[in-house]
Amino acid sequence: MKTFKIGGAHPAENKLSAASPIREAALPKQAVFSMFQHIGAPAKPVVKKGDVVKVGTLLAEAGGFVSAPIHSSVSGKVAKVDVALDASGTRRMAVYIDVEGDEWEESIDRSTDLIRLSDRPELDGKTIVEKIKNAGIVGMGGATFPCHVKLSPPPGCKAECVIINAVECEPYLTADHRLMLEHPDEILVGLQLIMKAVSVTKGFIGIENNKPDAIALLTEKAKAYEGIEIVPLRVKYPQGGEKQLIDAVIGRQVPAPPAIPINVGAVVQNVGTVFAIYQAVMKNKPLIDRIITVTGKSLGQPSNLLARLGTPFQQLVDECGGMPEDTGKIIGGGPMMGKALLSLDIPMTKGSSGLLFMSDKEARRAASQPCIRCAKCVSACPMGLEPYLLSKMSVMEEWDGAEKNDIASCIECGCCQFTCPSHRPLLDMVRIGKSTVMGIIRSRATKQ
Amino acid sequence: MVNVILIAVCVLGLIGLASALILHLVSHKFAVHEDPRIGKVGAVLPQANCGGCGYPGCSGFAAACVKAADGGSLEGKFCPVGGQPVMEQVAEILGMSVAASAPKVAVVRCNGTCENRPRLAQFIGAQSCRVQQMTGMGETGCGYGCLGCGDCVSKCQFDALHMTLETGLPEVDEEKCTACGACAKACPRSIIEIRLKGPKGRRVVVLCSNKDKGAIANKVCKASCIGCGKCVKTCEKFEAITLENNLAYIDAEKCKMCRKCEEACPKGAIHGFNFPPRKPKVEEPAAPSAPTQNVELSKAE
Repeated sequence: MKTFKIGGAHPAENKLSAASPIREAALPKQAVFSMFQHIGAPAKPVVKKGDVVKVGTLLAEAGGFVSAPIHSSVSGKVAKVDVALDASGTRRMAVYIDVEGDEWEESIDRSTDLIRLSDRPELDGKTIVEKIKNAGIVGMGGATFPCHVKLSPPPGCKAECVIINAVECEPYLTADHRLMLEHPDEILVGLQLIMKAVSVTKGFIGIENNKPDAIALLTEKAKAYEGIEIVPLRVKYPQGGEKQLIDAVIGRQVPAPPAIPINVGAVVQNVGTVFAIYQAVMKNKPLIDRIITVTGKSLGQPSNLLARLGTPFQQLVDECGGMPEDTGKIIGGGPMMGKALLSLDIPMTKGSSGLLFMSDKEARRAASQPCIRCAKCVSACPMGLEPYLLSKMSVMEEWDGAEKNDIASCIECGCCQFTCPSHRPLLDMVRIGKSTVMGIIRSRATKQ
Repeated sequence: MVNVILIAVCVLGLIGLASALILHLVSHKFAVHEDPRIGKVGAVLPQANCGGCGYPGCSGFAAACVKAADGGSLEGKFCPVGGQPVMEQVAEILGMSVAASAPKVAVVRCNGTCENRPRLAQFIGAQSCRVQQMTGMGETGCGYGCLGCGDCVSKCQFDALHMTLETGLPEVDEEKCTACGACAKACPRSIIEIRLKGPKGRRVVVLCSNKDKGAIANKVCKASCIGCGKCVKTCEKFEAITLENNLAYIDAEKCKMCRKCEEACPKGAIHGFNFPPRKPKVEEPAAPSAPTQNVELSKAE
């Protein structure tokens, strides 16, 4: 069975909510929409206090090419446009909406009927990308990179295949797994749409073999779709990383930055994104809700919720049995790459794939000890870097050396820190080095 | 046998002579003439190599001083560690005059003690302010205040900064601080300011760096500046206080040390350093409190 070639780790899977079907979360009383729900320029608010909005009304337009518009997921009145604490841990601009009723824009098709690509022969690549852009779709695996940018290859690059990331290698998270079980046809049609948008004939869906039911179901359904192949993958973290997935599925390696996947002919999209693309193109529905896994070993009811964007996390927890008493850490996303949250009042955004409650005992890190030169971090690094060296260089502020040793290639997966027997804070330090070195590279580029 | 020894001695001797001649000629031809003044200036510098002057170490600063002296003025060259006496010595060596410059000191512009600013979370990870800064807010709700991991303390070469356990904030030892600025550079939130020490060490400072709107700043910390502008109004005459991004700033050069702003501040964010204790007023006998070490918290509680 296929997997990526170098490095990787095997964290305990803990997929507690794999068997619980997706259910719809209740509407919030007040929804808060951060203007920073994607990588790139922040969105610019186009509404002001007192405006009446419906579900699907544009709240903010894209702030540039690498940016995405934001739509209201609720109907009601704009309470204010002000700063709000978001999942990044900082206070940034957001639109607050007081919810009244649930009135949808008329252009949105709310029926659940499947619309196949053959029903819409008039769709061409340009229209599809335009619709995706206007729907504000971003990468929903967590990186939140605006989707239309990936589907507009730079000149000189030609896409050869589309790879769908249905790996879900993060422990605990099951949102993508449930989505595949409950909406297989929509995902396959969504993949056809992406293939049409970048005009390729080959599409792969990479699924780790800890989801045999999803592999079986999609393989069965895919027979009816031309050019789509389901690729079962051996379980290994971080297979969901873009570069690791390309290596695992088509055996090509993306060179060091500034090279991107399209340089080796691959377009990678998360399975959640594909579902959103289907809804945007076929049902005219902008990105206003997503599936989020609310989980934790002490949580009453680990669930997969279909929740509207802007819903405060507090409400989602209340629907799953309330916050466990022994909670020591709340993580937005998965345990490996997610970010600790300061408060449950933070609203969910386009990138919120999970909400994880860890007990105090689980969350506490062991004390850091001296490096014993075992090189486990080196063999675990999926990018082939030397984390012990990079972290040392970051501590000593040796930025030139860090750049020469490809610190910019780090994908921040945390395998090094996970495997370190001395519990050294390797990733913490490498992250500092990476952000500093990236800053140096950028300032050098603007000077030239 | 003797012959062999003689030949060897002669040949080696000749080779040695020839090499010595080449070395002598080369050393004359390619001699590097270093300005003797650089060595002299270097000798009076403190040799802390802290980089506080903006040059790579003391020898770099010495070379820069000599170059500046040839240019006609020592303006802008200052050794924060040696201060005025050392700069006078340097000027004497170079035959220049140096303008009098006031001594400076590092000031931690945050008073978010454990009491004033409650901790909402506990940070687990590498004990470094830079790492904690990447989590966003850190342990408290304040995105601008001291993170308390002591990056500045570890960067101080002069043992002038220490973390205080009761407050969780770094404290500057004014006697030892040389104002080299290493701590200010190390702080990821730019809380530490290198500021004029003031006459007799007296100065009035806004001990807050929070740029959030008043409502938020007020909520996260008891001693935060809320940008109400009352201090700006009391200082209309001297125009020493400016309000930018919801944060008041006192210009040390314009400040006349009247301390009216300190009284006007509703949050007690403005502090006077090293002032003698005030005489209690007749009307309000309970208002002033005794000074604590360096900081006189006359408005606190």
